[in-house]
Amino acid sequence: MEITVARAGMMTTVQDAGRSGCRASGVPLSGPMDPFAFRVANMLAGNPEDLAGLEITLSGPELEFSQDVRIAVCGAEFSGLPSWRPLFARAGERVRFGECRKGCRAYLAVAGGISVPRVMGSRSTYLRGGLGGFRGRALRDGDLLEAGSDTAAPVPAGSVGSAPRKFEGPAPRKFEGSFFVSPFLMPAYCASPIVRVVRGAQAGEFFEALGSGEFRVTAHSDRMGLRLSGGAIGRHSGGELASSAVAPGTIQVPPDGQPIVLMADAQSIGGYPQAAHAITVDLPILAQLRPGDALRFREVPLDEAQHEILKRERELAVLREGVRQRLFS
Amino acid sequence: MRVRIKRKGPVFAPLGDSALVVTLGTDADRDVLSRARSTAMALEKILRPAVRDAVPAYGTVAVFYDPARVAEGPGSPFERMCRAIEPHCLRAPVVASRRLRRLSAAGRKVEIPVCYGGEMGPDLEAVAACAGLSPEAVVALYGAAEYVVQAIGFSPGFPYLAGLPKKLHTPRKDTPRENVAAGSVGIGGAQAGVYPIATPGGWNLIGRTPLRLFRAEDTPPSLLQTGDRVQFRAITKEEFAAWK
Repeated sequence: MEITVARAGMMTTVQDAGRSGCRASGVPLSGPMDPFAFRVANMLAGNPEDLAGLEITLSGPELEFSQDVRIAVCGAEFSGLPSWRPLFARAGERVRFGECRKGCRAYLAVAGGISVPRVMGSRSTYLRGGLGGFRGRALRDGDLLEAGSDTAAPVPAGSVGSAPRKFEGPAPRKFEGSFFVSPFLMPAYCASPIVRVVRGAQAGEFFEALGSGEFRVTAHSDRMGLRLSGGAIGRHSGGELASSAVAPGTIQVPPDGQPIVLMADAQSIGGYPQAAHAITVDLPILAQLRPGDALRFREVPLDEAQHEILKRERELAVLREGVRQRLFS
Repeated sequence: MRVRIKRKGPVFAPLGDSALVVTLGTDADRDVLSRARSTAMALEKILRPAVRDAVPAYGTVAVFYDPARVAEGPGSPFERMCRAIEPHCLRAPVVASRRLRRLSAAGRKVEIPVCYGGEMGPDLEAVAACAGLSPEAVVALYGAAEYVVQAIGFSPGFPYLAGLPKKLHTPRKDTPRENVAAGSVGIGGAQAGVYPIATPGGWNLIGRTPLRLFRAEDTPPSLLQTGDRVQFRAITKEEFAAWK
């Protein structure tokens, strides 16, 4: 099956679960900025959770599928397109992402996944390195994607509900006959969140200022990191620091005192002091912030951060089973 | 928070809630880089799928793990992960063993050809001025030293090299360049390095190598690995142009 990219949108990239095992060569993990929405989109499309899909940023694409196929869109909400539920795209019809009403990044999963060549074991796009994904770059108008050939769960006849539902139509509400994911199961997405953090190696010099200030996401943010602005949270005094490992979520403080929250395309090593680390279960919330959105930080102990990860995994397991039953029985 | 499981054993520190850093020794310890490299390789092999990535750098190993997949037991996932890692950390006495040499092929020496100065090394004059030397003397000094790869990072295949002669230590540029050409050889503070792909960068660029330090299709994709030794050899513009 092919997907014609009639319009690419502002920045649409192919992402799978990420390129693990490559950081020793200086290659970042990449993968989805919002792993929760990405995994749930795959579940709803009837896929294993790590199949390649599209990450769509702020302005959405227009896509045409060569065959009838089940798809799902999760994460940011676009007008004219119901999210967090299985959808059915008809062959030849154009799927249009309207205006982005909420959040910043949406994930489109297609039954059977997007089939681009694996580079270093992954289909994720790493833009700065120009590798992976579709020719190492974001999609452009007119691109043609192969899809649906990956080992997906079979798409049963009739798919969602009894008969395939027409994808486009005057009233998207038609889809509400099928099921959707309850917001109670989602991260606390919001445009001015309090993001939970654990202490970083150089917390002492910066932590209090980080915890008490309000910050805004600047326009210089990308998949590598969210650059924040706010009251400068202090300057590092002790000369140049030895470089050390960083991870997605690490909050670095460069000399100007404006923190940077590293995200999916974070490099493997950084030389700036590390004030804190955003906890893993709150990374989806950060991924959905737009330039101009405000945020605050609140400390939690490491034990609690890890407990939240286990809890999230248990909830996803319940969701997975529920989706499986509704799709395939 | 820093944790030690055994007296004189490695020190563990959390790096957020899904990674930790094991410190095997200081930069001054002999063979600490090759021990870090071997330990990282062992952890990736033995502790999958809990361990997703293990990155050796500066006598430490950063271990990226999945707290939901760490072996069951008492304590938090972080504490359990530390206990699982501890037996695989190579300590000083193991250094002499054949096992390490087999595991890592550490101490591999790589020669990097460099065409110095001109448009390939736009900061050579500035580095010379800063050191109070002639450009020729800078090239001679830079090429005479032997360097050790302390870490790969910043960008795919980028080596942080120790061993830069003290005279050549040059502070990073105040305003980083928007685009540093692939292959650029530079000086950042007390370290030397090579930009494998075109990226922004703030180091002083003194030359360029035709050698490709990063190929996504190779295994491993980075020509250099932590613990490797590096020597630079001067080549002419003609040799650079003819390089395949």
